[in-house]
Amino acid sequence: MNAENIIKQAADLRRSIGENLHDRVTAAIYRDAEQIADRAVARQGESAAQSFDQKLDRILTSRIWGFPLMLLMLTTVLWLTIAGANVPSAMLADFLQGTIYNGLHSLASSLSSPWWLSGFLIDGVYLATAWVISVMLPPMAIFFPLFTLLEDLGYLPRVAFNLDRLFKRAGAHGKQSLTMMMGYGCNAAGVVSTRIIDSPRERLIAIVTNNFSICNGRFPTMILIGTIFIGATAPPILASFIAATSVAAVAVLGIVFTLLVSAFLSKTWLKGEASSFSLELPPYRPPQIWQTLYRSLIDRTLIVLKRAVWMAAPAGAIIWLISNVFIGEISIAAHIIGFLNPFGLLLGLNGVILLAYIVAIPANEIVVPTIIMLTLNAAKSGLAQNGVMFEPETDAQVREVLTGVGGWTILTGINLMLFSLLHNPCSTTILTIWQETKSLKWTAISTILPVALGIAVCFLTASIARLSGLI
Amino acid sequence: MSTQAGTLNQCGGCASSCQHGAQLTRLGIKVRNWDYTIALAGNPNTGKSTIFNQLTGLRQHVGNWAGKTVSRAEGAFNFNDKKFKLVDLPGTYSLLSTSVDEEIARDFILFGKPDVTVIVADATRLERSLHLVLQVLEITSRAVVALNLMDEAGRNGLTIDARELVRELGVPVVPMAARRADGISELLAAIEKVSLNEFPLRARQARYADEELELSIGMLANNLQATFGDLPNARWVALRLLEGDESIINAVRDKTLGTLKTENSLPSMALSEAR
Amino acid sequence: MTLDMLETGCTATVKSINNQSTERRRLFDLGILPGTKIENVMPSPLGDPIAYRVRSSVVALRREQARLIEIEK
Repeated sequence: MNAENIIKQAADLRRSIGENLHDRVTAAIYRDAEQIADRAVARQGESAAQSFDQKLDRILTSRIWGFPLMLLMLTTVLWLTIAGANVPSAMLADFLQGTIYNGLHSLASSLSSPWWLSGFLIDGVYLATAWVISVMLPPMAIFFPLFTLLEDLGYLPRVAFNLDRLFKRAGAHGKQSLTMMMGYGCNAAGVVSTRIIDSPRERLIAIVTNNFSICNGRFPTMILIGTIFIGATAPPILASFIAATSVAAVAVLGIVFTLLVSAFLSKTWLKGEASSFSLELPPYRPPQIWQTLYRSLIDRTLIVLKRAVWMAAPAGAIIWLISNVFIGEISIAAHIIGFLNPFGLLLGLNGVILLAYIVAIPANEIVVPTIIMLTLNAAKSGLAQNGVMFEPETDAQVREVLTGVGGWTILTGINLMLFSLLHNPCSTTILTIWQETKSLKWTAISTILPVALGIAVCFLTASIARLSGLI
Repeated sequence: MSTQAGTLNQCGGCASSCQHGAQLTRLGIKVRNWDYTIALAGNPNTGKSTIFNQLTGLRQHVGNWAGKTVSRAEGAFNFNDKKFKLVDLPGTYSLLSTSVDEEIARDFILFGKPDVTVIVADATRLERSLHLVLQVLEITSRAVVALNLMDEAGRNGLTIDARELVRELGVPVVPMAARRADGISELLAAIEKVSLNEFPLRARQARYADEELELSIGMLANNLQATFGDLPNARWVALRLLEGDESIINAVRDKTLGTLKTENSLPSMALSEAR
Repeated sequence: MTLDMLETGCTATVKSINNQSTERRRLFDLGILPGTKIENVMPSPLGDPIAYRVRSSVVALRREQARLIEIEK
């Protein structure tokens, strides 16, 4: 019998067996599997572990406690990250921006290096890198291990389980809630995690909206502004708690935007069939705490250090250059700020903020120090050396600088938080989106859509505030 | 052997496999030539990635939810002076459906002709894992079942008779708790044995209780054997033909069924542009 | 009676799955086929999806999927 005959014979047999061939095959295999399992597995009734699992699940997904517990979990993770990172960040800052920084300058002067070279290298390149490391490393080193522990534990599918209805309404894939959560650590990591979504269409929705998860890099901005403009009203003991809550509030707003934009995309540019939903709720497993913490810590440290060098260093160079290269009487920076200021004010922000955001495209973390430095420079107050990122010691000092010197109002503060939520992804993320999608079009959309929204929302709030006479 | 992924090696918690430190060398990603190709299959969320990491020293994302393998699908290791290339197949529940993942997995096992296919089974959900195991055994008898998550099974009050499973399935079954690196050395030994043809493989031949099905498959299988000579998985090919599987039909038509693909690697997966 | 009508905590046996749906294969892959025992473990706080225990594992199904599954108690 030759090949063609066999194929034909198969076709004939297929017709005679009928439609549900596939079902019968699957059923037959399962029957086999059942028999084998019956003979090989002995079950000793329902174990303590199983009933514990079930009890825990009943609570974590209950109508009353499910959502509050999730919010509590989110706030706790954020609080642990923020509070836990304080001391290490301060220590790193002391070391890198204090000891080593001064040491480098001494070295430079002993080598009689020209001011522009030592300025460029030390005040520009080095300082930016040092800043990113001291600000970024501690929170990331806390957040990611925590996240991984929750993952190992098996809690995350429960979150997806709880939120699924919202995501379904928004036309998004059930697993998008998981990729969204990953984005709270780092948006680039969140984009990579969308690989768990099979359908390209739904994966794109997850990628484009991932930026609405505020990554660790934006925490410092949020916390600082939240603290000095909102938390300043609370007693010092509650300060970090208030800060965490305000960040959580913005995070929730981010979730709202995720759902809204997903809904928009799924009804317009990314219309299509919802793919099959399936979510497994695995049994809770005690995480291997030390192993996980250790591995996660090493992973994250390496990633942050790499990012600091690749992204922050060049940004630092640029900041220094624009602040120290003069065209006419004033620096390039001042020129740009002046140019951008009218537009900035329209948005309830200002030229300094806009320039800071442009410079900080490589790394969100340097937004705050850049703003402070540019503000001081623009006012020529002499409190800062030109082009050197300078952090006032206390929050009160920062408030002084911003409101006094920079002319900030509470509208500026709020809009900065909103803009921090709704602006373009950092360059690492943009690059990652490109690598994952290989599509120029979608990379562009992912970059421009958030910032367009940011501009719109800020304009709206500013206009409302002004028109209603609040400002 | 030098470890290219040396800095990635972490012996944290791999107590038992470190006893074999002299025998097992993790080679990370790159390997120019190898002696044997091993395919790693299994349902999602069975600890497949953990096992992959343990053997190759690479770090794929491992989480307790049915997710995707996030980094490289290939790695290598050295055991008893033999080089093994390990290919991590996408996690699938079955090889019969038409999802991209399943086709990739199935095509590799069928056309890629790995020397050994390791199927990772979840001891706490044996029935479902066996569903896949039985399907793989239809395609190839050169298989090892890694019965993972034995620690979880214990916690849930389950006892599993691995020897009974070996009797039923006809291939080595290695109980493991990969998270704790339990069973890694036994797994390696089993892989080696099967690679060297030292295990008397009597892979289970599924007999479908469904008579009409059984007869049809039998008939086609015989004809295939007659035409193509000794085809170890004639029954499986017969089943695919019966189901109208395009790629298998083409393979039969082109007579590529009997050929050995020299390039044992996976196609790269790029995200296609949404319309 | 379809699966979405099964009360929390109750167990049933699958009779059949809607022939016309594309979901069918997916459900089969998860081990949900005629003759399988299935138990409603708990609903999500928003009512949808619902977690079911089938063949020793817990999977969440949306109501529209559950509606495709005919059961008998």
